[in-house]
Amino acid sequence: MISPLPDAQEGAKSAILIEARHISQAYHKDSAVDLQVLDDVSLSLHSGEIVGLLGRSGSGKSTLLRILAGLLTPTSGDVLWQGKPLEGPDPGIAMVFQSFALFPWMTVEENVALGLEAKGIHGAERDRRVENAIDLIGLGGYENAWPKELSGGMQQRVGLARALVVQPDLLLMDEPFSALDVLTAENLRTDLVELWSENKLPVQGMLVVTHNIEEAVLICDRIMIFSSNPGRIAHILSVPFAHPRNREDSAFRQFVDHIYALMTQRAPIVSEADITSGQGQAAQPEPIFKALPQVSITMMIGMMEALAAPPLNGRADLPMLAEKLQLELDDLFPLGESLELLGLAELEDGDILLTNEGVHFVLSDLDERKAIMGHALIHYVPLVKTIRSVLDERPTHTANAERFRDELEVSMSPDYARQTLQTVVGWARFAELFDFDEEGDRFFLEDDGVE
Amino acid sequence: MTATKPETSFRPQASFSSLSVRHLNSLDALLLVCVVGVAILVGNSVRHMLAPLSSPTMAPLHLNVAYLPGYALRTTLRMFAALALSLVFTFSYATLAAKNRRAEQVLIPLLDVLQSVPILGFLTFTVTFFLGLFPGRVLGAEFAAIFTIFTSQAWNLALGMYQSLKNVPDELEEAARCFGLTSWQKFWRLEVPCAVPSLVWNSMMSMAGGWFMVVYSETITVGNTHIVLPGIGSYVGVAITQRNIWAVLAAIVAMLLVILAYDQIVFRPLASWATRFRLEAGPSTASVPEPWILRTLRHTRLLSLLGDMILGVARKLGTLPLGGRFRPSSQQGQPVAARWLWWSVWAVILLAALEQAGTYASAFYTSRQILHVFMLGCITLLRVVSMVCLASIIWVPMGVWLGLDSARARRAQLVVQYCAAFPANLFFPIFVVGIIRFGLVPDIWLTPLMILGAQWYILFNVIGGTSSFPGALLEVGRNFNVSGMLWWRKIMLPGIIPYYLTGVMAASGGAWNAAVASEMAQWGDITLKAHGIGSYIAQATVEGSTSRVALGVVIMSLFVMAMNWVVWRPLSEYAYRRLKFS
Repeated sequence: MISPLPDAQEGAKSAILIEARHISQAYHKDSAVDLQVLDDVSLSLHSGEIVGLLGRSGSGKSTLLRILAGLLTPTSGDVLWQGKPLEGPDPGIAMVFQSFALFPWMTVEENVALGLEAKGIHGAERDRRVENAIDLIGLGGYENAWPKELSGGMQQRVGLARALVVQPDLLLMDEPFSALDVLTAENLRTDLVELWSENKLPVQGMLVVTHNIEEAVLICDRIMIFSSNPGRIAHILSVPFAHPRNREDSAFRQFVDHIYALMTQRAPIVSEADITSGQGQAAQPEPIFKALPQVSITMMIGMMEALAAPPLNGRADLPMLAEKLQLELDDLFPLGESLELLGLAELEDGDILLTNEGVHFVLSDLDERKAIMGHALIHYVPLVKTIRSVLDERPTHTANAERFRDELEVSMSPDYARQTLQTVVGWARFAELFDFDEEGDRFFLEDDGVE
Repeated sequence: MTATKPETSFRPQASFSSLSVRHLNSLDALLLVCVVGVAILVGNSVRHMLAPLSSPTMAPLHLNVAYLPGYALRTTLRMFAALALSLVFTFSYATLAAKNRRAEQVLIPLLDVLQSVPILGFLTFTVTFFLGLFPGRVLGAEFAAIFTIFTSQAWNLALGMYQSLKNVPDELEEAARCFGLTSWQKFWRLEVPCAVPSLVWNSMMSMAGGWFMVVYSETITVGNTHIVLPGIGSYVGVAITQRNIWAVLAAIVAMLLVILAYDQIVFRPLASWATRFRLEAGPSTASVPEPWILRTLRHTRLLSLLGDMILGVARKLGTLPLGGRFRPSSQQGQPVAARWLWWSVWAVILLAALEQAGTYASAFYTSRQILHVFMLGCITLLRVVSMVCLASIIWVPMGVWLGLDSARARRAQLVVQYCAAFPANLFFPIFVVGIIRFGLVPDIWLTPLMILGAQWYILFNVIGGTSSFPGALLEVGRNFNVSGMLWWRKIMLPGIIPYYLTGVMAASGGAWNAAVASEMAQWGDITLKAHGIGSYIAQATVEGSTSRVALGVVIMSLFVMAMNWVVWRPLSEYAYRRLKFS
């Protein structure tokens, strides 16, 4: 099958639907330091194309989507919507939410009609348009159902119909399929792409936020890959395939592999986006403590054991591993990077391989594993080292967690600070480096008979 | 994809044009008669309300049982009026607090204080105020009574609605903004629906306090003003002065029927309707059968059409394009100068109030007097604590036993709800007769009266906690043969403590309130008095001594607040952190 209306698409290239120019978003704190969520992001979306924002959680892609929806004002930079500055939600822009965001006290039909009623469209016109949207999206017969009676997939269809009924020019989708199970997501994705290809959707362009690499390649014409902390556009890729796309196709697989490689390499290839982001990085001093993802020790051990076992023998292709271990991108990358941080594995060109230390860990018994982990934590995680040395110095061998939380919050949001401390406590408990008393909110050394 | 079209749709099934007389059924006729009957009675009562205070319609109450239904209706009307007033107050107060940061900083702590003030202490001031507002009319006394009920409901409702408004889910808020709802539309289509479950639940829960207050406030004596408003409470009051125990019993039966009807006709349908507004997704817990009244309404054409029309009009009103649409603003904190100004204004007001209170206090009270009232407060505190302990010893094991079996728990909770809603002060005369008959010491034997109504909160919450105790944990206990004290200490008690604390907090609050009504009791011309701050306030009210009432109320409020801040809050926060499942 050929790409949908190639001429129209080519011709429309010139018409820019929405444009973001040098968007920066800072999280404002009481203290003097502002935390950057988005750093100088520019993008434009032409009519006739689907653009994907691909990145991990914390890369600010959802924030960018809300800025484009007019729900947030960026700290600096501006958004041009059809050539004019965007000031607040616009009737030409509709949004689909990750959690569906359906009103539980309205029936399917009432939910869909919400946007029309807000616009003041009532009576026969409202009924006609609601019915059209409901039929288009495959909800016929469900008009009088309550949202809670529907499966997740049907609920998201309601979300789609609600967005489409106002006939927006631009459809924004915030991880629209990530709350659905694999089969349902596939089904809904296919339906959506089909409607788009057959020009049945009343929209001119779509912007999809996702953390699923395959999903981005399946749907989008262009993909913007975000780097995290602060969010920047690291790469822009054009997807060269026509709809419908076949995920088993070898070119498709290669493209997915390529994205994995881009997202795991330590020194990214030079592209236009990188030059600007590189400069930004130089301006900001590297913080002493880095945010740690929510990765449990058992997941790390499980991953290492799976890697060491025969079919893989210490090295694996990330997309393949993701499929084998049933891991989402948001689980896989933090896991791989945590292992890399601790010197137990390395990420390279979309592959993960165990280091000698990692192999040694897998072959050891529990006590030895604890020793290896303790060693790695002290050496590679400055926060653990600091906490431990403070505890060693103090005669009481206790230290308030508050102080470390404050130190972390200099360079990260309170949420990340909390998460980082949680992760550190989990790891340190396994290695028996120190313990944490939640009630007293303090760290302590276990040997000292404190509880 | 397999979900079927729901059978339980609330859509109109007949259009208005198709309505004709032959479509009306016998149920319609019956209900129509009921509606007309109620309307006539309501009109009649309102006419009485507007009458002058000393007109012939204010003729002395009759203890003849035939008058009782009329009195019951009057009492119920007062409840409805108070509920309506509370709702109006709640909508404005909670909305203001939730929408305006500055208002919030003042209104919410104020609510906390108001919740701690013994409601019956208000009586002196409200009666004086409203009688002054409508001199010589029954209306003033009616307003005073209604306001008393209002004070027992409004704070709870407002706090609940405020919390709901503050907890509107982010994604729904974003969806509403994204689709361009105006502030008016957003309020009625998003924020109010979010608050409906809390509003319904809180008005159900504050019924108990409401009935108590209405019964108490129908016979008001403030100084030389003695007001009797026709109703169940005043019926009992007359029965007490005439020493007619049978009339008291008749009033109890009448009250029981009124509460039953109120629950069946108003709250069952409301509660069932409110489940639609619950935000937590997931399968609805144990399909609740549709209340019979809703089923009946659905089978009547006229009334269900009327209901649909009302809903339709409400929806139209809710979608009026009033107010502005959302515009994002770069979140800047308010300028430091403005914040300073704001807080210094409040500091000045506070200082002025303190100064006023100080001069008032030094003019009217001696330190001995204050110390005396404080000691009385300690006595009442002792009463409250001992009664809460006693009720716990009785009801915790009982509640656990009832809660362990789900069928038993459901039935028990229904009964307990009725018990809690029943105004305990109707039972007071029976106790008082007992105390007089057997010559018991009032200081000890009047004490249980204060927990009579409040104890049910403990039982209710313990049953609730036990029935939501995870079954798997109970099975672990059985698996390891954990029994006896170990079972209580390690398994059951920690699991129900968060619920138990909720119950105890409500019970102790209720007990403080009831102290005013229970520490002083009458039978004929005999007055029984227990020492305590409650009887001090009651006595001062009867004597019309405003300054002593004020002193009593302030000190009692301080006791209640101190209890809340020093004991209950820290305890329940701890329990919530450590002992709550999930």
